[in-house]
Amino acid sequence: MWILRLNMTDRSYKIEEVPERYKQLGGRAMTSTLIHDEVDPQAHPLGPNNKLVFAPGLLAGTSAPSSGRMSVGGKSPLTGGIKESNVGSEWSAAMARMGLKAVVVEGQPADESFWTVHIAYKEGKPVVEFQQADEYVGQDLYDVYPMLYEKLSNKVQVAAIGTSGELKYANSGIAFNDMHKGPTRYAGRGGLGAVMGSKGLKFLILDAADTPRVEMANPELFREGQKKMREALMEHAITKPQGGLNTYGTAILINILNEAGGLPTRNFRSGRFEGAADIAGEAIFESNKERMGKEIYNHGCSPGCTIQCSNTLYDENCEEIVSCVEYESDWALGANCGIANLDAIGRMIKLCNGYGLDTIETGVTIGVVMDSGMIEFGDEQGTLDLIEQMGKGTPVGRLLGMGAADVAKAFGNPRSPTVKGQAMPAYEPRAVKGIGVTYATTTMGADHTAGYTIAPEILSVGGESDPLQADKAKADLSRGFQSTTALIDSSGHCLFIAFAILDIPSGFEGLIDEINGMLGTNMTQEEAVETGAEVLRLERAFNEKAGFTNADDRLPEFMKYEKLPPHNVVADLSDEVMDSVYGEL
Amino acid sequence: MKVTVKLFAMLQTYAPEGARAGTPFEVEMPENSTIADLIDHLDIPEREVKIAYVDGRARSPQFRLEPGTEVGIFPPVGGG
Repeated sequence: MWILRLNMTDRSYKIEEVPERYKQLGGRAMTSTLIHDEVDPQAHPLGPNNKLVFAPGLLAGTSAPSSGRMSVGGKSPLTGGIKESNVGSEWSAAMARMGLKAVVVEGQPADESFWTVHIAYKEGKPVVEFQQADEYVGQDLYDVYPMLYEKLSNKVQVAAIGTSGELKYANSGIAFNDMHKGPTRYAGRGGLGAVMGSKGLKFLILDAADTPRVEMANPELFREGQKKMREALMEHAITKPQGGLNTYGTAILINILNEAGGLPTRNFRSGRFEGAADIAGEAIFESNKERMGKEIYNHGCSPGCTIQCSNTLYDENCEEIVSCVEYESDWALGANCGIANLDAIGRMIKLCNGYGLDTIETGVTIGVVMDSGMIEFGDEQGTLDLIEQMGKGTPVGRLLGMGAADVAKAFGNPRSPTVKGQAMPAYEPRAVKGIGVTYATTTMGADHTAGYTIAPEILSVGGESDPLQADKAKADLSRGFQSTTALIDSSGHCLFIAFAILDIPSGFEGLIDEINGMLGTNMTQEEAVETGAEVLRLERAFNEKAGFTNADDRLPEFMKYEKLPPHNVVADLSDEVMDSVYGEL
Repeated sequence: MKVTVKLFAMLQTYAPEGARAGTPFEVEMPENSTIADLIDHLDIPEREVKIAYVDGRARSPQFRLEPGTEVGIFPPVGGG
């Protein structure tokens, strides 16, 4: 296995054998360890000393179901802390088959040039070519991807930045190709598109033709684990074929969060949205059924996924508006902006994909703009226009590209729903206390995926925890979820396996067997979760050296004095509870 | 007494013809009925129900309904 280093200052590269200490790492464990070990926490995120790391999950390229996730890491220009952004694409398996444990992008060009890095595989090793990419700068990724695929083989994997990454916006993501070769799978959060842009890297292309199968230490044990995992995923009502996710997609959550009074609405002014049913996953399914004349079930983000939660939204002429409408995007640009028009939301998501914008950060930023009176809540055309301005780099667009926290400052608005500079996702922390602990304390800035306590708090998955109960148990819940999540993010499995393996113990055993089979280790469940905790400690150590203290592990002040309807609750967990999450890790 | 019901996701099939997921409809129930009675009345198999919400709180099947109570009933759902 190799670590490939790309030097963007002089466009050279080095292939190194993976050092012993990194051999058992994958995904988030790999990106965060490498950033911790090699990047000065005081480095400017967009300067030459930051690094951008791509790493496939441990199980990438194997037959483990729903294991096509990979991690991108670096120091975030949005939060100023360490970042791991997770994405599902065919990319991950291709990287693993090429023997690439990590691709590390270093340095930056002296000029404003943009480059393609093309990685092929010859005689057992990756082979790298640098090519000028200036001709593609300034264009919509939906135009650029077909051009690239026409020029190259249809079999390559393409990661790219859009104009938002070229302009180094703090809300820019990195696009990865979907199964139809479109630019729709995003490592969206934390502005890593800007880091890629700062390195002059426009495209990172993998050609995994003629690559061998991925090797593992104990194939028999792996197969046992894979079988248990598959059975759990196929059995659980949320993850099974034509189950909740496959039928209604992730936006199935809109209605239940709304019922629970935890769906952030109009820049976190309410936990209920009167238009929720109009933008919910059920509405997407029904709208498609009516327009297409048949039931349409969802597809996967990567080969080998058995959950298949990615939807496509069609217009009244049966043309695709966009794929896919995720819960987070649907909420950010919908309920959070007071918009209840699914087709309009679909068009907004498409613009974000084309320009490389993180839909969560973009939607929350526009919510702040609306809250500040620049445009009205519910203004669909105004929202589309602001996204266009971001993508085209107008002066207003550039300011909005800084993200929700900075835009709230620009408007003098204390209602900034952010932690560590990152916009909150689609769960109200005042009404769902455990996710508030995760938002406040995770190393990532406000991030739901980092410790998804929503499972027991709202969905009754993996036990039950009263969402409105504010006590120390929420810190323990969040800590447990954060460690397990770091393990799953390192394995390369989709986080949605959690629904099945939290409820079906043999599924969790399957995960551990798969990992032990891959690595030739003999870890218990507790020891495996401890490797996740170790990742969190490294991330925390990086953030502390970057200047973060416990005072950064807090929810925004306005949530402490502004009561959220319908429960009329405030953020009321003490600082001590917040500090115990990492204090007792 | 009359109670209001909202059915979500797969449970929509147990709603009156043509109702969209989450559209409230009224049901006549005997006094002192519980959520379990309501689920039974709607012919929804118990195993298909995961959670019922009343006034923004998840309530157990034994929760007693009052006239005008609005109940939202969900199968297992998850996403992110």
